[in-house]
Amino acid sequence: MGTVPSALKQCLSHQHLLREPLWIGEPPAAAHAAQEPQASGLPEYIKIVEVGPRDGLQNEKVIVPTDIKIELINRLSKTGLPVVEVTSFVSSKWVPQMADHKEVMRGIERHPGVQYPVLTPNLQGFHSAIAAGATEVSVFGAASESFSKMNINCSIEESIEKFEEVAKSARNMNIPVRGYVSCALGCPYEGNITPAKVAEVSKHLYSMGCYEISLGDTIGVGTPGSMKKMLEAVMKEIPLSALAVHCHDTYGQALANILTAIQMGVSVVDSSVSGLGGCPYAKGATGNVATEDVIYMLNGLGINTLDHIFHLL
Amino acid sequence: MAAARRLFPRWAGSLRPVSAAAATGTGTYPKRVKVVEVGPRDGLQNEKNVVPTPVKISLINMLSETGLQVIEATSFVSPKWVPQMADHTEVMQGINKVPGISYPVLTPNLKGFQAAVAAGAKEVSIFGAASELFTKKNINCSIEESLERFSEVMAAARAASIPVRGYVSCVLGCPYEGKISAAKVAEVSKKMYSMGCYEISLGDTIGVGTPGSMKEMLTMVMKEVPVGALAVHCHDTYGQALANILVALQMGVSVVDASVAGLGGCPYAQGASGNVATEDLVYMLNGLGIHTGVDLQKLMDTGTFICNALNRRTNSKVSQASCRL
Repeated sequence: MGTVPSALKQCLSHQHLLREPLWIGEPPAAAHAAQEPQASGLPEYIKIVEVGPRDGLQNEKVIVPTDIKIELINRLSKTGLPVVEVTSFVSSKWVPQMADHKEVMRGIERHPGVQYPVLTPNLQGFHSAIAAGATEVSVFGAASESFSKMNINCSIEESIEKFEEVAKSARNMNIPVRGYVSCALGCPYEGNITPAKVAEVSKHLYSMGCYEISLGDTIGVGTPGSMKKMLEAVMKEIPLSALAVHCHDTYGQALANILTAIQMGVSVVDSSVSGLGGCPYAKGATGNVATEDVIYMLNGLGINTLDHIFHLL
Repeated sequence: MAAARRLFPRWAGSLRPVSAAAATGTGTYPKRVKVVEVGPRDGLQNEKNVVPTPVKISLINMLSETGLQVIEATSFVSPKWVPQMADHTEVMQGINKVPGISYPVLTPNLKGFQAAVAAGAKEVSIFGAASELFTKKNINCSIEESLERFSEVMAAARAASIPVRGYVSCVLGCPYEGKISAAKVAEVSKKMYSMGCYEISLGDTIGVGTPGSMKEMLTMVMKEVPVGALAVHCHDTYGQALANILVALQMGVSVVDASVAGLGGCPYAQGASGNVATEDLVYMLNGLGIHTGVDLQKLMDTGTFICNALNRRTNSKVSQASCRL
């Protein structure tokens, strides 16, 4: 429960559309694009960070067998997606779904040109990840003290210290680190989160060496209004090219929020194939935005993602 | 532009959009948006289960309490074609008509118009399309012929001082023809506006549009019809509705159609969603600081009511989430 299959998948169940893919068609380079993205002020290229195998599966109730996870990642590698988040080196006590992190990391095909980051909440996880062959890691901060406490049992400041250890080791080994900031547009415990706080935490992560900061609307409560305000604050501290948005679709706002972000120049978007991953804070609600729906929108805008949507399905 | 005498509903004055000048990118948005609730008609029309008349009446009455100012009540079509709307007269006569709220009804032809007026309708809508094939399959005539039929309705409406809203279907794509040119949409919209429709609702009938095609289409239509007379009617079949609506708002459109609980599937794609959910739309508009006058909680309660009556799950993500924040 918790997953709502992507709108696209439902629509394509109809035979007539499958025979003649009128609406999926070619990626923008070949298609007659509606308009030049540059003319409309939009990025020419958007990097999609596929988080289905990690963020998606992590929030699915059913434990997925290792070989299925590997198959999923291998298929995703063939779609043209440039980044596929593989797994999470957390304690299996906390996240049983990710207990097979080593096997998954070792079992997947590594396609040239595709990055396979993994989550590493602390130094121990980092070392374990490296030993298993990881070549990129991610750390997860939050813009909310309460969320940080409830999620990883420490304050934001304490979590930053832990991440600094990871970042330092990573730097020594030339391993890139991506930083996530959760609750960027609202917190299930604290409610509203100030853009200033998001900017502050983002700045910490960026300063310690994260090459990219993914701003997460963890419970999907954001709207184009709050997205804009938050990004304006963060953009004062972090260069645009280092920013990503990670929108949840819990309130149906994800694509509108992503559109707002890309209109402001953000060119990295996280999403989850098939919209995998419900919202653990709202029973029955949806979670991650579906990669298929994001790419459909970006194709329609003439924005390149180097992807062929058929393989995604 | 031909100036057919255009009848505005009495309430429209207070809602004339205080829209910003040409919006840019993320720029400005209208200060107010008029939400046109199409659930009881467009929504229910596309639901499998036929809804009893008292339930329809309760639905409309509940919607009348939410702050919505336009609620499309029913359709005066032949029950042979649309069994769900067979009780149009009873519904029209049975609902509480709250002062200040408009209850437009669909009238595909003069006969329907006359029946509607006899039943107490004070505003009607006519449905055109930007696709010849769609028009042929839907109402068995060409676009030109359909507009001729409508001109009869327009004449009668004018004589009776009844405002007419025009819909243009397939503005971003057609299930039969595929791509639809923006120029064609502009042409049909212009004709309907010239005939005297006070507002043109541009419908992405199968939800295939994206912000890209929405922008292209609106740019062309806005050359022929003033933006203050335009509305968008987006379907969420491909999950693009709110993004498309956002772009329309950025371009100055300030009237948006939506359906409570996202009622109404897509008849062209089995299992797919249809109308955008009013709750999700209002949530977004609230977040943008845009005034709608709609009480979201009451709206959600109404959605719950009709979904229970239909024994189906809501299509509104906001309702599904119902986390308080």
